[in-house]
Amino acid sequence: MSDSTTLKMDVPVPASLLDAGTQGLIGRPLDRIDGPLKVAGRATYSAEYALPNLAYGFLVQAKVGRARVTGIDTAAALEMPGVLDVVIDLDTFIRNPQQGGSNKAPTQGVEEIHYFGQVVAIVVAETFEQARDAAARVHVALEDKPGLFEFDARLEEAHKPKGGSTEPHVATGDPDRALAEAPVVLDAVWTTPSQNSAAMEPHASTAVWEGDALTVYGSYQMPASDKQQLAQALGMKPNKVRIISAYVGGGFGSKLGIAPEVVAAALAARKLGRPVKTVMSRQQVFDATVRRSNTHQRIRLGAGADGRLTTVVHETVSSNIEGEEYFEPAGVSTHFLYAGENRRITHDLLPMDWLLSGSMRAPGEAAGMLALEAAMDEFAEKLGMDPVELRKINDPEQDPLKGVPFSTRQLTRCLDEGAAAFGWKDRNPTPGARREGEWLVGHGMAASARSNHLQESQARVSIGADGRATVETDMTDIGTGTYTILAQITGELLGLRPEWIDVRLGDTDTPPGAGSGGSWGASSSGSSVYLACEALRAKIATAMGCAEEELTLKDGRAIAQNRSVPLSSLVGEGLSAEGTIKPGKLEEERRQASYGAHFCEVRVNAVTGEVRVNRFVSTFAAGRILNEKTARSQCIGGIVFGIGAALTEELVHDPRSGRVVNHDLAEYHVPVNADVPHIEVHFLPERDQFANPLQSKGLGELGISGAGAAVANAIYNATGVRIRDYPLTLDKLLPGLPTV
Amino acid sequence: MKPFHYARAGTPEDAARAGAVAGAKFIAGGTNLLDLMKLQVETPEQIVDISRLDLNQVEETEDGGLRIGALVPNADLAAHPLVRQRYEALSRALLAGASGQLRNKASTGGNLLQRTRCYYFYETGDACNKRSPGSGCAARDGFNRIHAVLGASEACIATHPSDMAVAMRMLDATVATQLPDGDRRRLSIGDFYRLPGDTPHIENALRPGELITHIELPAPPPGRQLYRKVRDRASYAFALVSVAAAIAVEEGRIASAKLAFGGLAHMPWRDGAIEEALVGQAPSDALFATASDTLLRDARGYGHNDFKIPLARRVLIATLKELTA
Repeated sequence: MSDSTTLKMDVPVPASLLDAGTQGLIGRPLDRIDGPLKVAGRATYSAEYALPNLAYGFLVQAKVGRARVTGIDTAAALEMPGVLDVVIDLDTFIRNPQQGGSNKAPTQGVEEIHYFGQVVAIVVAETFEQARDAAARVHVALEDKPGLFEFDARLEEAHKPKGGSTEPHVATGDPDRALAEAPVVLDAVWTTPSQNSAAMEPHASTAVWEGDALTVYGSYQMPASDKQQLAQALGMKPNKVRIISAYVGGGFGSKLGIAPEVVAAALAARKLGRPVKTVMSRQQVFDATVRRSNTHQRIRLGAGADGRLTTVVHETVSSNIEGEEYFEPAGVSTHFLYAGENRRITHDLLPMDWLLSGSMRAPGEAAGMLALEAAMDEFAEKLGMDPVELRKINDPEQDPLKGVPFSTRQLTRCLDEGAAAFGWKDRNPTPGARREGEWLVGHGMAASARSNHLQESQARVSIGADGRATVETDMTDIGTGTYTILAQITGELLGLRPEWIDVRLGDTDTPPGAGSGGSWGASSSGSSVYLACEALRAKIATAMGCAEEELTLKDGRAIAQNRSVPLSSLVGEGLSAEGTIKPGKLEEERRQASYGAHFCEVRVNAVTGEVRVNRFVSTFAAGRILNEKTARSQCIGGIVFGIGAALTEELVHDPRSGRVVNHDLAEYHVPVNADVPHIEVHFLPERDQFANPLQSKGLGELGISGAGAAVANAIYNATGVRIRDYPLTLDKLLPGLPTV
Repeated sequence: MKPFHYARAGTPEDAARAGAVAGAKFIAGGTNLLDLMKLQVETPEQIVDISRLDLNQVEETEDGGLRIGALVPNADLAAHPLVRQRYEALSRALLAGASGQLRNKASTGGNLLQRTRCYYFYETGDACNKRSPGSGCAARDGFNRIHAVLGASEACIATHPSDMAVAMRMLDATVATQLPDGDRRRLSIGDFYRLPGDTPHIENALRPGELITHIELPAPPPGRQLYRKVRDRASYAFALVSVAAAIAVEEGRIASAKLAFGGLAHMPWRDGAIEEALVGQAPSDALFATASDTLLRDARGYGHNDFKIPLARRVLIATLKELTA
């Protein structure tokens, strides 16, 4: 018999049970409990299920930027050995992936080609190699159409989006007038390119039908909503679809929604009556999943001579396929990061015949803070102020846009402690003033902020007759450490060692979880586990004959009133409870975000313009830290991608077709080990009672937010060259470097 | 990947005979060929596996040079004591290329035969005279940031991706081969490679079935050596510009100068006029400016790669300064 507890975050939780626990697991830097499975190759990823009678699918792409399909000639492919079928369903195939969290199917119908590499068919064969070879022989006849492949010259055509994750246009005060009157003004444009999530594991699905029920082993961040998307795309009832995503080799946004391979695999498996596995090639992942949009960001800042901001204007244009209304929310942190009574933050969208754009690694902040935090650096210079000081004096008392209090906000303390840890006071503010041989040395900093989100999430926790606990939810672990922190929370609240706890994730036949995205996973899913454990504690207290407050659970024993008994003696055949967390009024009543400060040292080669990041120190405040090791790893990973955004990462679209020219990991440059220095991460103690019962806040995407701007600012300090066109590749720096 | 026939060669002579069949390709480490086969950029009908041939020794020659078996892995060659002592530029060039895993697998002969990394060569949907002669060149009006500024043609602006080959060219390497008819021949590395001209699909002087068995290095050049590679990230990226150099200075004048360049052309680039201009002269800023003018006198950019011209100039001058300081 399973009880159910629901908490809606309408009121704060000032006392968290995590602080009452005596197991001593919370916050500890525990190794990942799934680590041994992964290093031994025993964690089964979605492309690794060895099913009987498995057939292999390979996707067929239209290799043109904008066109209409007039025919698909499959004759040559069908004659090839091992080929079972070429499945074509121009109406049902999805044109592009779905955004995260939607319960609807993505745009379906692939007769109209809207981007180079769009998937139009699937070849199924006895082996992967046969399917891939045959896919190359399928001839897609196309009628070319004029396409939208030019971004810069068409900015005027951008429109206000009808959808998206945040209000596209917001304003307060009179920013135009305030700018006209401000003694000190900055007005500049930054651009960021399209980017790819570059998860190690490609998108992969294995589809299996049993009667009218479908099971998909797939690589997903949010199985609960992915199931809804897939069911609708296939015209099925959601309860006939099961998704299993036990292990996910990275997502970074690209696996929030369903992608073309799963619908193709499901249709093929149904037609053939066999399980079909479809793994996208690396090139297909680049061509036909999802990108972070490129952005054009104009920022205007106005302040008095004392540096106090009166005006903040941040106007962004991003791009997407016509009719797809997701926009890159580059101004989300500009809403609240700095003071200024006059504000305008807008997001407009320009239709492009490029692959879909969507959420990727801190959507909004990652691209937006590359601009905002570089603007603050320029503004500090203009004002003759230290950039840390400029940020501190503009640290607002409350949300300057909505006029509500912050939940917890330690930006100034992050700046102060980060500056001290880094040795910022020894920095030479004069650009280009420090040279060591061929290397120009510079220092830069930036603030970090990432909005905190709570998502509805559900979990079931059971205690067996043997005293072991099981956690079940379709929440995912995309490499972040979910398995481990859910075990820690369960262990802390039920007094169990982690090895006595089984965490089962990613199966939509278990309670629907928040999924992994938006840095909400740990707080949302963790809270649902917390609530389930809280309900179990009540049952155990009843069985023990004591009040809940009197109960101590530790090392598998229940202790109260001078009695200590094994937990297993109190659970009978077993106990089970479900917990559900829901966002509530506090989301509106308090501005909730995590904060941080990045400091870094770069070396720029005075001959070649090559940039080496030499040192990186970041300080973060993100509520309670649940596992100091996985949290640190998350932050380091984010900073690495911040370095990538600053220096190397750029999806290049061919000017004639929109095709992603550099569609592999040899030419799409994510940072490699040699590009990344030792990264020092500090966490400030913090509890956020307004966020959730764990008092934790989102952390995963905090590291990347602002990190790239710190690098750009350090490059300016090293060289005296301001580049506002990311990434800051050496060709852009060369003209400003000293003569050899 | 298209199905192919596989045969394992027992001797270089067997390999050359088997490789002479139309549609045949040798495979050693496979670090480049397999990727290209998966994409069907390469579609050999016959694979001749040469990886078990006895061609993996590094031997000293009587004239003080080295004879390097074509199957010596890049990692082993870079670490070989004689290479590190006498051919520092070669060791450094090898270590500047690829990744540790690739260098363990890639062979010396195969390294010379790497195909270009041109984005349009890699995508079978695009026009490429190198992959599909006569189809055109999508790179000229496309994204050409990594492309050639020297020696390119209407038909092709691709670059050669090897770092090792740049050092080999500077070191005056000779390519020794086995022909299918039983003969052997030796080609200077300068004669081995081709500029694209109208036939960019022909990248070297090898005849059908001709197998590289060894690379021979003469005694090391006098003076100090260097390999400098400029790239977009610190590891695992191809050269935007690279230079291999060996310069000797005696009594204040440059006594010997050897220079080769990567990232600029369809083949490792060497220009005797630069070396002539340097030898006998006292090092000076003016001299180095003249040398770089000479290198780039016919350079031409295609838009995105224009920066390679000033970059090559700067790298050459810095290299000359470093080696004559």
